[in-house]
Amino acid sequence: MNTFQTNATVVKTEQLGPQIYRLTFSAYDIAKSAKPGQFVMLKASQGLDPLLRRPFSIHQVTEQGTLQILFKAIGKGTQYLSALKVGDVIDIVGPLGNGFDINTAGGHCLVGGGMGIAPMLYLAKEIIKGNKPVDLKIILGAQNKDEIAQLLLNFSELGVEVIHATDDGSSGHHGFVTELMEPILTNNNEKDWNIYCCGPHPMMKQVASICDKNSWNCWVSMETMMACGIGACLGCTIQGINTIQKQSQNYMHVCKDGPIFRAADIKW
Amino acid sequence: MLKVRIGSLSLPNPVMTASGTFGYGKEYEDFVNIHKLGAIVVKGISFDPRPGNPPPRIVETACGMLNAIGLQNVGVERFIEEKLPYLRNMNCRVIVNILGDSVEEYCAITQRLNEEKGIQAIELNISCPNVKKGGVAFGTNSSMAHEVVSQVRKETSLPLIVKLSPNVTDITEMAKAAEDGGADAVSLINTLIGMAIDIHKKKPVLANTIGGLSGPAIKPVALRMVWQVADAVKIPVIGIGGISTWQDAIEFILAGASAIQVGTANFFNPRITDEIIIGIEDYLKKNKYSSVREIIGLAKN
Ligand SMILES: Cc1cc2nc3c(=O)[nH]c(=O)nc-3n(C[C@H](O)[C@H](O)[C@H](O)COP(=O)(O)OP(=O)(O)OC[C@H]3O[C@@H](n4cnc5c(N)ncnc54)[C@H](O)[C@@H]3O)c2cc1C
Ligand SMILES: Cc1cc2nc3c(=O)[nH]c(=O)nc-3n(C[C@H](O)[C@H](O)[C@H](O)COP(=O)(O)O)c2cc1C
Ligand code: FES
Repeated sequence: MNTFQTNATVVKTEQLGPQIYRLTFSAYDIAKSAKPGQFVMLKASQGLDPLLRRPFSIHQVTEQGTLQILFKAIGKGTQYLSALKVGDVIDIVGPLGNGFDINTAGGHCLVGGGMGIAPMLYLAKEIIKGNKPVDLKIILGAQNKDEIAQLLLNFSELGVEVIHATDDGSSGHHGFVTELMEPILTNNNEKDWNIYCCGPHPMMKQVASICDKNSWNCWVSMETMMACGIGACLGCTIQGINTIQKQSQNYMHVCKDGPIFRAADIKW
Repeated sequence: MLKVRIGSLSLPNPVMTASGTFGYGKEYEDFVNIHKLGAIVVKGISFDPRPGNPPPRIVETACGMLNAIGLQNVGVERFIEEKLPYLRNMNCRVIVNILGDSVEEYCAITQRLNEEKGIQAIELNISCPNVKKGGVAFGTNSSMAHEVVSQVRKETSLPLIVKLSPNVTDITEMAKAAEDGGADAVSLINTLIGMAIDIHKKKPVLANTIGGLSGPAIKPVALRMVWQVADAVKIPVIGIGGISTWQDAIEFILAGASAIQVGTANFFNPRITDEIIIGIEDYLKKNKYSSVREIIGLAKN
């Protein structure tokens, strides 16, 4: 396997909006073996409180071996991380989980909501890296303009079309990302869409149902509470649908079997 | 210097991993020299596979966590087929933690494990409900504890460790019942029963309502119980509960533990077991002891 525990140095800190932060670490081993959709577990305290590591999607990696996470400060652990300064050292384990498998056939559409935007920048870059011209659409959603403005700039640097929505209408479409999908995708010549989605559970559920209706491939990045991140505690369970055996329970573990799942395999 | 004996079981050092916190060993191969550990206690095994409880199964609490995994495991056959060969190849010392909902299930698992090579000992998790006795946990009733231990004892010549539940009025009574039943050692403590409530949803956080508390929060309780049990029985005691540093491990040994198990700490520091082995050795050297056995129970003098 290729999982590492590293003491990584913070090389850059950014505040992108109210409560939204981006941290860049030098974590060569992890950055080199990562793929989009994978995550890292960070120790988000000096001592024992909070006790457990916190999981974050990998937002970007660079050739130089830096790794970025994008997060919202919502509790003790993320507040601790938001106060880190350049030069501080942080204990990281990763890369973890399966990551996205980029389908080579058909067009690609990335749907990210809130902090679910985090893995989408990395994924978009990897898709663009493939040498042939790709049909790539990016649909992003956030609560308001402040949350998304800087991120939109990062995506537009890639030179692909980005469409966005905000809950309060302060920027882009006033409403949900899910309302944008069908108008954009069904008007396009491309028939076989691959949808990659990360965001709040209700959003992913809605995206999954739109994809099901249109027979589009759909992958989602799931979130649960995690203790270990490496398949040892069996705590990060979600319920899947076992289409072969039609079992009522088919527990899957987000850290090992995911975090990326086929939307059709999940019991929503 | 670090060698210890647990009955007929000889270990190169006193540091083991606690059941359910180290998977089946392989999960930690990138972080720890798993063959150097005193022993690996694997996730609890039942006769048939068990799916476990619905989610959410875990929640963090102050300096600890609650879990209601529901003893999800692959069952004894798949354990032998899929998990044991790897541990055997890696030359790990393997202790198989077993569980059942009847005396017969415990015995059937033991019989099956007897046939396999590469198992150093069996650890009996008696914190499980006895379905035939109205779901009362084996480990909370001394005559039921005695019954299951003595029946399993008849089935095997492997060293038998009985893992005690702390959710009792007097843990020394359970330890004595295990000793009388023929246990070679007792290990303690399993998790303390607790719960958490989500004040926004106004519902228990865990789908199972209650769960087992583990981590640094339980260490003082565990240490007190190890202290008491070490006085009450003649067989070796294995200390478990919140051990997160080598200093914690030394405390348990000074309280009378011949060996220790590290649980929840593996989750937040996957290298912790290696660090504890080194820490114990340094402590012995600095304090001029030639063997860890010299400090077992030393705080009692
Ligand atoms: C695979 C994975 C990838 C993730 N990627 C990102 C990311 O890129 N950016 C980001 O901002 N966040 C991400 N998260 C969520 C992030 O892990 C949590 O926000 C973080 O653990 C909160 O820690 P805290 O100590 O600040 O909050 P806490 O004090 O622990 O909790 C504050 C509140 O948030 C809730 N909460 C805590 N953890 C989670 C969780 N995992 N899912 C849902 N609710 C939770 C709690 O119930 C509580 O109400 C990811 C989670 C997973 C499982
Ligand atoms: C997620 C989790 C799963 C556990 N599973 C088992 C198990 O299958 N069998 C068992 O005997 N104990 C199990 N335990 C209990 C631990 O082995 C240990 O006794 C307890 O957690 C106290 O130690 P700690 O504070 O170091 O974690 C589990 C504990 C945790 C946290
Ligand atoms: S977080 Fe421990 S098994 Fe997934």
